[in-house]
Amino acid sequence: MRVRRSTVIDAPVDAVWALLRDFNGHGDWHPAVAASLIEDGPTADRIGAVRAFRLADGSQLREQLIALSDRDRSLTYCLLDSPIPLMGYVASIRLKPVTEGDRTFWTWESQFSPPAGREEELARLVALDIYEAGFSAVRRLLTKPRPTVRAAAPPPSPPPAVRPPPAATGATLISEAIVVERHGGPEELRPRRVAVPPPGDNQVRLQQTAIGVNFIDVYCRTGFFDLLQLPGTPGMEAAGVVLDVGPGVTRLRPGDRVAYACPPVGAYADLRTMDATLLVPLPADIDDEMAAAVLLKGLSAHFLLHRVHAVQRGETVLIHAAAGGVGLLLCQWAGALGAIVIGTVSSEEKAEAARRGGCRHPIVTSQENFVPGVLDITGGRGADVIYDAVGRDTLDRSLQALAVRGHLVSFGQASGPIGAWDLDRFTAKSTTLSRPNYAHYTSSPDEVRDMAAHLFEAIRQGLLRVTIGQRFALSEAALAHQRLEARATIGSTILIPGWRS
Amino acid sequence: MPKIYISNVIPAPTGQVWGVIRDFNGLANWTPFVAESRIELGAPADQVGCIRNFTLKDGGRIRERLLALSDYEFSMTYSILESPMGVENYMATLQLTPITEGDRSFAEWSAEFDCAPGREKELVNFIGQNVFATGLRALAQRFSA
Repeated sequence: MRVRRSTVIDAPVDAVWALLRDFNGHGDWHPAVAASLIEDGPTADRIGAVRAFRLADGSQLREQLIALSDRDRSLTYCLLDSPIPLMGYVASIRLKPVTEGDRTFWTWESQFSPPAGREEELARLVALDIYEAGFSAVRRLLTKPRPTVRAAAPPPSPPPAVRPPPAATGATLISEAIVVERHGGPEELRPRRVAVPPPGDNQVRLQQTAIGVNFIDVYCRTGFFDLLQLPGTPGMEAAGVVLDVGPGVTRLRPGDRVAYACPPVGAYADLRTMDATLLVPLPADIDDEMAAAVLLKGLSAHFLLHRVHAVQRGETVLIHAAAGGVGLLLCQWAGALGAIVIGTVSSEEKAEAARRGGCRHPIVTSQENFVPGVLDITGGRGADVIYDAVGRDTLDRSLQALAVRGHLVSFGQASGPIGAWDLDRFTAKSTTLSRPNYAHYTSSPDEVRDMAAHLFEAIRQGLLRVTIGQRFALSEAALAHQRLEARATIGSTILIPGWRS
Repeated sequence: MPKIYISNVIPAPTGQVWGVIRDFNGLANWTPFVAESRIELGAPADQVGCIRNFTLKDGGRIRERLLALSDYEFSMTYSILESPMGVENYMATLQLTPITEGDRSFAEWSAEFDCAPGREKELVNFIGQNVFATGLRALAQRFSA
């Protein structure tokens, strides 16, 4: 059986071809396609390339490019795997210029063998839901009052808007994911396709829209923490929408917007399953990117400032890496609690970012040793509490900058392991030392929901401004780690699934 | 070999448009530049191989042979035997394709020919604009009312 649809798009033929020629680009323009990737590499114009994609209803398909002509502006592809019985489906797209008016004539046609009795239904599906829906989407995209070829700039962030709840599928789905096969540098973060089984008891399966990047992910990648079983997918923070729910889940339904910031690792993926109790429902005024950018760092800031040490009005607080993701939140929140905030940063640009975030005294550490600066600001007394996630490079001097009966909160080691310490050194100032572990402050779901509500309220009230300094495609996770480790990031870094740079 | 390609959207179902342009002797009915036309030797206008002999409104006379006619593909191909334009090996195709959205027609008129060196651009422009584009515009106009 043959299906043929054609239309005229009011845009130059080269603009339409630039859009349609990309065999992996349909995720950007076709409304039915939720996510797509080319198997075995990024090259979408190799004859034989296979695109694996997921429709908005959750079904998964694979199609292979079998002909592409820039002369004829045509491409032909066939269906390899599909839950819909379009046997032997081969389709072609062809564009021709309408010289009158500089428009484009677009033909989309196919041949396939439907099972007996389903001819009409499948012909309608192909003609309307695939071809005509595609025509309308491209027309909207290219005939807006703006330049006809898509800008090279990153696409706008995914809308937080209401999307139709995806249908429960019950099938194993293929996801784009970052897989670490052996511990090592950022290059060990490799894009792969992985199978995501349907959710088990008390689990939900998520379609993630934004993923938070945290320094703990680096520790997992290098093997410093053993949270990541190899080969495996790192990541502890993401936001998205519930795709389907397993038996026993009562508090969440498909379509609900949620986020999480906790183990088990596996957030660097398009789809994943998660225990329902670990998910925090998102209020309507917290969009997905914001949630992925702030939840883990914000919960950290929350327990660091309220539980590990309850910061009091008038206390002097020293925050290392004050322009980083957690640093900026600590500065703002500590400032809102009435503390005098001193921060260390590595550059003037970051000093400015920290200052804007409420850090009253930023100290650029590449220019000065921070100890005299802190003593100077505190009249020789030292800081009452020091939040130090830098570790090896700062901890010794942090002790020197601490007040008598001060509290040193060592919650990370970005510069390297702290090593063994002589406890006797703490008697010199009656120092209290804390080594909080994120998991121990976030293991109770009720407590996490409570802290998240507190965090969202602080954002709502304007006490916390979330800075998303960097966005990367999920496939560019290695680059994101490289920047983070090079201390070249400001604020939060997030990964966006389904993006192509 | 110079090539000409002109296309337009004709706002009518392809069967209807084809009914108008299929007549190899009917140029005077739908183009604004043909004064009168006849088929030589009294042949039917849809006999492949027949020759149309027509006069332009500017007085020029052209003889063209029908080389192919397809009611299946809505296309016709013809060559020029004699014309005042100074072209050789001139072969042209006029074809319709249905536009399913809106039940309209996509019309393409294309040609290839040889000519004296240096005249290519002038002839491509002249035939493309004054014959093909003008003809298709008139055809579109005919169905726009």
